[in-house]
Amino acid sequence: MTQPGSAYFLSDRRDVEETHTLSVLVDNEPGVLARVIGLFSGRGYNIESLTVSETEHEKHLSRITIVTTGTPMVLEQIRHQLGRLVPVHRVTDLTHEGAPLERELALVKVKGTGEARVEALRMADAFRAQVIDATTEHFTFEITGRSAKIEQFVSLMQPLGLVEVARTGVAALCRGAKAM
Amino acid sequence: MKREMTGAEMVIQALADHGVEHIFGYPGGAVLPIYDELFQQEKVKHILVRHEQGAGHAAEGYARSTGKPGVVLVTSGPGATNMVTALTDALMDSIPLVCITGQVPTQLIGNDAFQECDTVGITRPCTKHNWLVRNVNDLARIIHEAFYVATSGRPGPVVVDVPKDVQFATGTYTPPPTSGKSSYKGYVPQLKGNMAAIRTAVEMMAKAKKPVFYTGGGVVNSGPEACHLLRELVRMTGYPITSTLMGLGAYPGSDKQWLGMLGMHGTYEANLAMHDCDVMVCVGARFDDRITGRIDAFSPGSKKIHIDIDPSSINKNVHVDLPIIGDVGHVLEDILRVWRDTQPIPDKAALKKWWGRIEEWREKDCLKYRPNEDVIMPQYAIQRLYEATKKRDTYITTEVGQHQMWAAQFYRFEEPKRWMTSGGLGTMGYGLPAAMGVQVAHPKSLVIDIAGDASVLMTMQEISTAVQYRLPIKIFILNNQYMGMVRQWQQLLHGNRLSESYMESMPDFVKLAEAYGATGIRCQKPGELDAAIDKMITTDGPVIFDCRVANLANCFPMIPSGEPHNHMLLGEDADDEDAIGSAIGEEGKALV
Repeated sequence: MTQPGSAYFLSDRRDVEETHTLSVLVDNEPGVLARVIGLFSGRGYNIESLTVSETEHEKHLSRITIVTTGTPMVLEQIRHQLGRLVPVHRVTDLTHEGAPLERELALVKVKGTGEARVEALRMADAFRAQVIDATTEHFTFEITGRSAKIEQFVSLMQPLGLVEVARTGVAALCRGAKAM
Repeated sequence: MKREMTGAEMVIQALADHGVEHIFGYPGGAVLPIYDELFQQEKVKHILVRHEQGAGHAAEGYARSTGKPGVVLVTSGPGATNMVTALTDALMDSIPLVCITGQVPTQLIGNDAFQECDTVGITRPCTKHNWLVRNVNDLARIIHEAFYVATSGRPGPVVVDVPKDVQFATGTYTPPPTSGKSSYKGYVPQLKGNMAAIRTAVEMMAKAKKPVFYTGGGVVNSGPEACHLLRELVRMTGYPITSTLMGLGAYPGSDKQWLGMLGMHGTYEANLAMHDCDVMVCVGARFDDRITGRIDAFSPGSKKIHIDIDPSSINKNVHVDLPIIGDVGHVLEDILRVWRDTQPIPDKAALKKWWGRIEEWREKDCLKYRPNEDVIMPQYAIQRLYEATKKRDTYITTEVGQHQMWAAQFYRFEEPKRWMTSGGLGTMGYGLPAAMGVQVAHPKSLVIDIAGDASVLMTMQEISTAVQYRLPIKIFILNNQYMGMVRQWQQLLHGNRLSESYMESMPDFVKLAEAYGATGIRCQKPGELDAAIDKMITTDGPVIFDCRVANLANCFPMIPSGEPHNHMLLGEDADDEDAIGSAIGEEGKALV
């Protein structure tokens, strides 16, 4: 990816890119998500996944979970740039703190008959996916897990009649008893 | 005291409560209720500009020269979009601005109403923060918050968008909180630096054999006390000091420890000191690309200490060894205290040698230019202007381009807040309205906009404002009939193909001044320059000074793009066509 901030970064930097999960606690006010997304697009950072929802209703706090990639220098910039936004309370790099708990939910629609249909159901069972809707022609599965598990499940469904997929993006918390 | 009043009244009341004496603005349909309130009171004086961008830059000049926030009032739609340049400029240079925009009534928002635009959406990336006020009972709190956010921490512009129905609605006004805190729990600017880091910094500085102070706009923004502390520290250590464009004046330009400005058009001695130093103390500057030149060859042998109030400035462009997050004034105070307590003994012999090298670089006399008896050299014009005004109470603003760099090189600033220029964004057209804002804040002072002929036309209409309010600003145009800096780059990069950088039909600036009701002065001969400058200074009221300078003069020294500090192009190379043509490598050509 291109480095933000200066034209003098055009020379290739050889630093290795890493994927990190950031947790951002924000005041739930209008436009706060637009600020975060605008920051990423404006400065050329990557968003692999982004989820947001109000988590502490009485305090009007939302938690935004962002999965992003970049060199260590860029990841540090992302953290500080997020911290500059006025409604942002706290930014934690969960990956930096230690392997975070990460889960994603996906709805996977598969169409088919005969052996393919049976195979899809068998696979769903192996992956602990639930059937939440079905007709004689299709199943819709609900599956939760780490992103890699979902990707694996979706790719297995591909030859079995995959129609479409909806994914929530990653929700994550740090391990242990403490908050971020 | 809490009181019932309309939203429009609240706006004026809040401005008065924050001690605002002057605002810059332009009326329109969606702010008429506020303008009606403005009409019925005398605490807040309004300066009517000719274009909203002018209001923004005037407020910037006002803010920069006073340390107080500049306030702007404009209407919805085009009023707001015309402010975008000034807001971005203020964001890049960390200038506190509070911009109040009118908005179409809340029930029309999103309907593509007349003069509607998504103001908070458009200004989100060019403000420190912004608000759309949907309820009149939030209005007072939000305006107080806006002033706090604009002026605290790293200052910047904020926008408060007020729909017309909110201006008419009645609600409860609450006065500004006395606590001086934000209701945003996450917004707590860090002022005090980490003491352990400060002690380490003092040790590093004391052990330095080839130290340099590299200071920036953060020192000026931190306030007069920070500038005072910086002077104390620099004199106590005896170390050399250079500064960015934005930081000029924080340290006196006539002092012997002063190396001049650094960076792309900085002095030879400043840039080589940066390149060869072993300890760099960066105070309130941000390693901008105009400063560093080629980043992987930037000051390769030095340990870097970086003092900045904004954590995102740390390690953004250059990896630093010791970051200290905090307000420059607070941190310098602690550094001075630790230095005095520990009484370190710097390596006098090494310092003497270091200063010896600096003197050798100084002997290059990198700013020298070939004098001319028939044509006014632009550098000479600035030198004469400096000589004529240095003993006066003078403020200088500039536009953007060659004239700006010559002003930075040849005008010596002894005090902070005397130099207003568009550094980060590089906004042509900044200087004239900024001078207006400075003059409003300092009615008795001499305010000069050192301008270029191309830049000044971008906001020329504001001379009409200056005439209306009897603001005696002096527009000193270095008129070379070119967009000089564009031409200089075309000569360096594009085989001297001067694509659209020549102004075919410049106006007659003297007649233009007269048309606006100002005074026009033209000077074409070096021998007549002093008398003409004197006439400009003593003329009552605004003056446009058309100073005809050598058309093809270029601005040196220069670090060509993509090159490190020790590969400077000096004025003496400028006659050598090969040196000019090959100064910028293939990679550098892609850079700005």
